[in-house]
Amino acid sequence: MTSPVVENPSVMLGVHGLNKVYTGRGEPVEAIADLSFEISAGELVCVVGPSGAGKTTLLRCLAGLLPATAGDVRLAGQAVSDPPTGMAVVFQEYGRSLFPWLTVAQNVELPLREKGLPKARRKELVRETLEAVGLGDATASYPWQLSGGMQQRVAIARAAAYEPQVLLMDEPFAAVDAQTRFDLEDLVRSLWSRLGVTVVFVTHDIDEAIYLGERVLVLSGRPTVLLEDVRVGLGDDRSQLETRATPEFTRLRTHVYELVQAAKRGARSVTDAHLTH
Amino acid sequence: MSRPIRPRAQVPAWVLGAAGILTFLAVLEAVPRSGLVDARFLPPTSQITAALAERLRGGDLWVALGQTLTTWVIGLAISLVAGVVLGVLFGMVPVLRRATASTIEFLRPVPSVALIPVAVLLYGTTMQSTLLLVVYASFWQVLLQVLAGVGDVDPVANDTARSFRFSLMTRVRTLVWPTALPYAVTGLRLAASVALILTVTGELLIGTPGIGRLIGVARESGAVPAMYALVVVAGMLGVAVNLLARAFESRALFWHPSVRGEVAA
Amino acid sequence: MSTPKTPGSAAGGLRTTDRLAAGLLWLVALPTVLVAAWWFGSASSDNYINPPLADVVAAFVPTWFGEPGTPFADSRVAVDIVPSVLRLMAGYAVALVGGIAAGVLIGSSRALRAFVEPVLEFFRAVPPPILVPVLMLFLGIGDTMKVVVIAFGCVWPILLNTVEGVRALDPVLRDTARIYRLGPWARVRKLVLPGASPQIVTGARQALSIGIILMVIGEMFAARDGLGFSIVQFQRSFAIPEMWGGVVVLGLLGLLLSLTFRVASDAILAWYHGYQRAQRGGA
Repeated sequence: MTSPVVENPSVMLGVHGLNKVYTGRGEPVEAIADLSFEISAGELVCVVGPSGAGKTTLLRCLAGLLPATAGDVRLAGQAVSDPPTGMAVVFQEYGRSLFPWLTVAQNVELPLREKGLPKARRKELVRETLEAVGLGDATASYPWQLSGGMQQRVAIARAAAYEPQVLLMDEPFAAVDAQTRFDLEDLVRSLWSRLGVTVVFVTHDIDEAIYLGERVLVLSGRPTVLLEDVRVGLGDDRSQLETRATPEFTRLRTHVYELVQAAKRGARSVTDAHLTH
Repeated sequence: MSRPIRPRAQVPAWVLGAAGILTFLAVLEAVPRSGLVDARFLPPTSQITAALAERLRGGDLWVALGQTLTTWVIGLAISLVAGVVLGVLFGMVPVLRRATASTIEFLRPVPSVALIPVAVLLYGTTMQSTLLLVVYASFWQVLLQVLAGVGDVDPVANDTARSFRFSLMTRVRTLVWPTALPYAVTGLRLAASVALILTVTGELLIGTPGIGRLIGVARESGAVPAMYALVVVAGMLGVAVNLLARAFESRALFWHPSVRGEVAA
Repeated sequence: MSTPKTPGSAAGGLRTTDRLAAGLLWLVALPTVLVAAWWFGSASSDNYINPPLADVVAAFVPTWFGEPGTPFADSRVAVDIVPSVLRLMAGYAVALVGGIAAGVLIGSSRALRAFVEPVLEFFRAVPPPILVPVLMLFLGIGDTMKVVVIAFGCVWPILLNTVEGVRALDPVLRDTARIYRLGPWARVRKLVLPGASPQIVTGARQALSIGIILMVIGEMFAARDGLGFSIVQFQRSFAIPEMWGGVVVLGLLGLLLSLTFRVASDAILAWYHGYQRAQRGGA
């Protein structure tokens, strides 16, 4: 069934009627029931939901790593079935997504080589992005010589150097300590505003989602539907101290927290959720 | 665009494996029949099977199989005992460990087949000739694993045991042996297949009694299908040894958190 | 940034030399004792199997390098050892290339792997030396036979370890390679081969010792030259000191090849050893 999708040309990533059923051995499991949303070019959208909400499944479908059972994912109007050009992903498992046999610089350079960029341009991008993430002097190190937070910086630099239209991040900071986490969040914000890339950021951390996002998509438990598409009106300039202390931040935090709690109890729509605040 | 649900039809691995074996046997039947390969050199499956059936009915094969297994078991047992005893000794006494390190490094890569002429001069075509090769080759596998295992003993635990003035035997029993056991079992698995290789090699080359000698005899008498049948027997023996050793390893170590790969030595 | 530890530079020059000297002493002490024991133990031996070590040593140079004045090309080193080693290298190289290529192919497909695995396990389990009489049927006793025997015996551990290594590749790394759209060739070169290299090296190490065995056996069984042939000739003609010399040459060859292998594998797996240390120490 191909339904004609009339898309707004500014839509970078369109998800329509996405459904994913895992059919392994045993009973089929419906991970995603029905998801539809659109993300405009240059937006930074966070996705939160209770654990087991199919967040990673959604991200893998967006990335073209996992075929959808029904519905479709479109990148700039093109249906995604395989990992498309112009998309980069930062995985949660930084230790396992960097090639341990390549140096930091080689890790960043490898995708650029595959893109066919000339050598001079590659060198320039590698240097620029590694400096941007604060690793200008670690280029010759191997990833495993760096701390966890620094490894994730390398993965971010690799994604940024690739100059994607869309950057997908799958709980990228779940495994780094809290201090490093704040720094990395600011790094993502600054890269996003500087590069104008569209970012989809999956996290289980509500504060992180609100602090980072222009919008927060709150997912229900499995099988997943969209509970609410929350607009975040926190402006462009954000700071860990001040933004997190604003009344608007607190209000959003309470709201999203309640939604996620309701999702844990099995709510499948905002009206189900019986919000008290 | 919507995608239909694709039920991932997964054929079980054993079905594919069985299909693989059947395909292999069929190719082996077809290739000599088609004349692609001279059937005098590579007889079709059916002839090899017939020769195998004939040999299995006779007594020779069973006697030879028994002889091969005897050599293998004795050789393995000697290597195991010598490897474990020396490994624990060298591993626990720092002076011995340092003193023997270079000698072990020199002797280990010496190919055991270099000893064939020596073995022949010493023992002629008796089982001991082959045993010498088997022990030399498989001893190192056990020794190196046990050495690595003893070296893995937690130094803090070791110091604690010493500070409580545990006797040497107590330390070996309570501390060293439990740590080194998984390594020793891995060493045994490696030694088991090496020992089988050298057993058959000795029989074939020196002419000590066993499957290997039967293969040599079959070759000299031009009984090609019988020779292939014996190769199949030797291969099945190898498969059985590998499976047994692996099963033993996982059974012996199922409780152990560090069921680990081989030590890169 | 946590740089890898550099060896303590605090130790002054004198202490370093002292340590080196002590290390050297440990290195040579026991071998010296053993050789001395052999030397004196056999000095007055009239047992023909155990000739005085002095005789073995005296026979060594004339045996392998010829009487003084023999051109190198006519010496046993050139006539026996070099061709043996070349055949070993040729067979081993064929096994490496073939085993890794087939292993990458088989390891990349679940179905193919399940299909061929039992047959491969059988071939791996066949004691390689019995390939010699089988392959002699086809190939006679020439160089080809010997090279093929070595290749055929060495290929299985390489192949099966490569399959295992490819199968065990980290799925996150695989996804990363897909996301950045690495082409098939880049995927093999940058992902699959380095990722499987620890297992490939393990297989190659097993294969090398099998290869040396097969080199010797091929020559002992059926040949007119080569190291194995010479040693058996010495034994049959009761040239015992020369035979012992041959055993020593084989031992030295084994040692040399294993050292070469270690240098090469340490270079290839430098990243892996560092990675493992980091996993163990840093996590």
